[in-house]
Amino acid sequence: QVEQVKLLDRFSTSNKSLTGTLYLTATHLLFIDSSQRETWILHHHIAAVEKLPLTTSGCPLVIQCKNFRIVHFVVPRERDCHDVYNSLLQLSRTAKYEELYAFSYNPKQNESEQAKGWQLIDLSEEYKRMGVPNAYWQLSDANRDYKICETYPRELYVPRTASKPIIVGSSKFRSKGRFPVLSYYHKNKEAAICRCSQPLSGFSARCLEDEHMLQAISKANPSNRYMYVMDTRPKLNAMANRAAGKGYENEDNYSNIRFQFVGIENIHVMRSSLQKLLEVSGTRGLSVNDFLSGLENSGWLRHIKAVLDAAVFLVKAIAVESASVLVHCSDGWDRTSQVCSLGALLLDSYYRTIKGFMVLIEKDWISFGHKFSDRCCQLDGDPKEISPVFTQFLESVWNLTEQFPQAFEYNEAFLLQIHEHVHSCQFGNFLGNCQKEREELKLKEKTYSLWPFLLAEQKKYLNPLYNPDFSPELTLLEPNTVSFNFKFWRNMYHQFDRSMHPRQSVFNLIMNLSEQNKQLEEDIKELEAKIKQRTGQSDAVLVKEHQQSAHPAPVALKSPPCFKKEQPPTPGNDAVRTIEGSNTADNRYSELVSEFSKAEPAVVSLEYGVARMTC
Amino acid sequence: MEFAELIKTPRADNVVLHRPFHAAVEGTLCLTGHHLIFSSRRHDAAEELWLLHSNIDSSEKRFVGSLGTLVIKCKDLRIIQLDIPGMEECLNIASSIEALSTLDSVTLLYPFFYRPMFDILEDGWSSFLPEQEFELLSSVTDEWRLSCINRDFSVCASYPPVVIVPKSINDDELRKVAQFRHGNRFPVLSYYHKKNGMVMMRSSQPLTGTNWRRCKEDEKLVNATLRPGKRGYIIDTRSLNVAQQARAKGGGFEQEAHYPQWRRIHKSIERFNILQESLIKLVEACNDQSHNMDRWLSKLEASNWLTHVKEILTTACLAAQCIDREGASVLVHGSEGTDSTLQVTSLAQIILDPRCRTIQGFESLVVREWLQAGHPFQHRCAQSAYSNSKQKWEAPVFLLFLDCVWQILRQFPCSFEFNQQFLIMLFEHAYASQFGTFLGNNENERAKQKLPQKTMSLWSWVNRTEELSKFHNPLFEANSLVIWPSVAPQSLQLWEGVFLRWNRPSKYLDEAQEEMINIINYNKELQAKVNVLRRSLAELEAGTRMHQNM
Repeated sequence: QVEQVKLLDRFSTSNKSLTGTLYLTATHLLFIDSSQRETWILHHHIAAVEKLPLTTSGCPLVIQCKNFRIVHFVVPRERDCHDVYNSLLQLSRTAKYEELYAFSYNPKQNESEQAKGWQLIDLSEEYKRMGVPNAYWQLSDANRDYKICETYPRELYVPRTASKPIIVGSSKFRSKGRFPVLSYYHKNKEAAICRCSQPLSGFSARCLEDEHMLQAISKANPSNRYMYVMDTRPKLNAMANRAAGKGYENEDNYSNIRFQFVGIENIHVMRSSLQKLLEVSGTRGLSVNDFLSGLENSGWLRHIKAVLDAAVFLVKAIAVESASVLVHCSDGWDRTSQVCSLGALLLDSYYRTIKGFMVLIEKDWISFGHKFSDRCCQLDGDPKEISPVFTQFLESVWNLTEQFPQAFEYNEAFLLQIHEHVHSCQFGNFLGNCQKEREELKLKEKTYSLWPFLLAEQKKYLNPLYNPDFSPELTLLEPNTVSFNFKFWRNMYHQFDRSMHPRQSVFNLIMNLSEQNKQLEEDIKELEAKIKQRTGQSDAVLVKEHQQSAHPAPVALKSPPCFKKEQPPTPGNDAVRTIEGSNTADNRYSELVSEFSKAEPAVVSLEYGVARMTC
Repeated sequence: MEFAELIKTPRADNVVLHRPFHAAVEGTLCLTGHHLIFSSRRHDAAEELWLLHSNIDSSEKRFVGSLGTLVIKCKDLRIIQLDIPGMEECLNIASSIEALSTLDSVTLLYPFFYRPMFDILEDGWSSFLPEQEFELLSSVTDEWRLSCINRDFSVCASYPPVVIVPKSINDDELRKVAQFRHGNRFPVLSYYHKKNGMVMMRSSQPLTGTNWRRCKEDEKLVNATLRPGKRGYIIDTRSLNVAQQARAKGGGFEQEAHYPQWRRIHKSIERFNILQESLIKLVEACNDQSHNMDRWLSKLEASNWLTHVKEILTTACLAAQCIDREGASVLVHGSEGTDSTLQVTSLAQIILDPRCRTIQGFESLVVREWLQAGHPFQHRCAQSAYSNSKQKWEAPVFLLFLDCVWQILRQFPCSFEFNQQFLIMLFEHAYASQFGTFLGNNENERAKQKLPQKTMSLWSWVNRTEELSKFHNPLFEANSLVIWPSVAPQSLQLWEGVFLRWNRPSKYLDEAQEEMINIINYNKELQAKVNVLRRSLAELEAGTRMHQNM
């Protein structure tokens, strides 16, 4: 505990600050300012801590979080600052999975609730929903014991004609044993999205089993025997891989394939791109041109566009040509996950519902072995493995929700909350790098699943404009990917910089209204029932009436909250989504509402400062 | 002159109309004195397109064999293409359009011929008179007076006949001050902040010149707006450098020594030719669908449009802050006081004054701070983003103002009575209209051309219930607070409603907007129903109780 600590506003030039007390708990860093407002920061969210040179007012400490919050403290005594700094360094770097928050987090659920929570998402149900197994596709038990591929799930769907030797042979010819398997099956078109890793083709190597495997996939599609093989890497990268004995499919060796590069950059490029983006957006007193050129130089939006363009290409092959598509990159767990999941999202409206989106993440990201632990740096590990691949996926989805405001059951807050928890290590879902590792960690017994918690508070994540009729089953979304459609996602990268947000949020207002409408509908029913009851009562049953007179009180009591609701829903409460890693009660809804009422954003006080200085 | 002389081919058949995101339509093209009319012959879905000649910014023709293609670029930024069979017809039509869209004489323009098809409830020409404005003012303060010094436009050609000035300054003094200010635009009252009695004045630059000329009457006028012991701010919309250059040419700025109670702040809002170039570049960038991300972002940056938006908004915030936070009076001017000055004074009022965020209040603001204040609409809006000719006085000054309003509207979506359609409508009418409101460069010219007698006012049309309903913001909840917008680049956005309007299908966004309105209306319906039910339940209960008591 350190007292008299100042919290500086990140973008203000007037050096306004809040003074308060800093507490370190086992899991959180807590700052309570003089007006008792609390800021909770989960240790796992801390990406970097930096001590700046001593100033006259004390020792500045800057904490960068994985959810893009940046806090700037000034600690009066250097000693304290040093202590806090060291503690945070230690606390934010975890060496073992068992030390992660998820293993100590206790939401007061009993075991059966815990187990039920984990059963909420059932992938074999999901494959059934898609229509497999069927005449062409079957469940393979080849990987039941993780013998063929450690990073794949146990249950894999493959073409019926792909025998075990073909599977084994093909897996030996694929990087990390990640052979082609089914990711999504389109019932109406009878076409499939399959995924794998790069072939170990080098300059000339070939593998008959792998060729048979691809042929089996193309034959499993009765509508079109041509299939696409999408290498999501830039051609140059794929060619460079050949020198290392890896590479891409030679069109001459495989019959009936069309090969296509789509040019999404690798994890290292993405990491440094995000780094650049954050540097730009974090600049104080940024000019419009510096912002735009910084945005351009970071390449971030170019990458988002590349990911979405790839998904659009995939979807066209399936929807227009009824052709199956095999997607891969290098290891088939980053770009491949992005493209397969976005493709499925564009093809199938189920994934645009809250439950469906959870299923999609469980399927294409968690079960197929996107390395969440490495990419999100859950444990202290190789910084070169960190990459915002999943963040890009969420951002692509966000772009789609902007273009199709009525197509998604969930809202932006849902995406932000998932992003929050991918890094929070509070729930077991995203821990580890693959299913095998998760089983070894006994996550299902020792930790809780995120999804039931999100479902329990799904009111917050509902899109009030969602129209299920907008997209009946299997309605294709055709996004416009002209550059000007892609926008900087302010609510992600400046989620905690309230001064940059619109002061009143249309979205929340509509959300409140539609919530209120439901309540009103119920009130009407209730009132109508009461009136009916009243009018139905003949004077003869006055006695009964008499007994009831003890009850009207609650009715009378009930109306005031309703009346209260009729007042304009408080604007500016986009706080619904601001949840600080910790338990759901931590959202600072009420505080932000009061903050708004002051209506004094920091950015203007910047100008205010200018006016002062000129005096 | 007869329009018939200019129309060599009044009608062409089998013309194909191409518009982005619409299927091509075949139909008949007709030219009238003021319109280009295209109507499809399909009986099932007859379509008509009416385009004002004055809306045409530029047109290009090209030929493939005898099939001529005419590309028409409009001032509202839309681009359409007409395929006209027959070389002669096409040439004739092209030259007619060229001639009709660039008529020299104002009196030949459509507003002089337009006959309204609706009942006029209130004549818009007399909806917003300075006298009414003064009446409101005099109910809160008696330090100001209405001066008729400019009744015959003899003192200042670009000012309205009556202006509001400090009571302690008489008309003779005003005449002397007018001599000292560029274009005779002496300081007048722009806004009175009721909350603290501070004021915003606007003028043009003082003509101090290289030898620091001074004018006692000017100093007296400016100081007359200050409370005893108080200080004020002069916001010069030019950078110090530009202001000093202006001084060398006879213009200048207020010297500290002569205006000791005032602090001067220089901001730099760009002038018209730079703004026009910025618009041309921006629209060019928006119209090219093939740009990759890097190119789009660098083109958007190179246009500098959002930089101008930020600069104007920042200056307006500054003015508003001086008034509301510092409790100081403000004088705003640039060079002529007809462009950037008006952007700043009008935006500051939107920030400070809730009245300006209502439909009527905004109209009144546009009339006071733009039309009566002498923003040269006819010069500035003669051409829009597709002008090929060398620009003279064109500049999107008013469009930038509307863009800034839109930015504030986006940040405070519930604090405005109007929606973005209202702003887009004003943009369209400023550039091409059937109404006379935006014709002429100032009240003087409007009076000479007898616009109020000979043309219809935009406000007569807009302020009818049918039209107003289109411009109503369903989210509006009166907000009496000062609204401070964020000017961080992350908070500013390209105004898609104007710049991407013709470049992408907006079906899904429109439908979502509709759904939103449905939710709001449904809510009102339910509220009303609950209230009715509750009342009848209460009545029933009261009835039973009486019964029991009996």
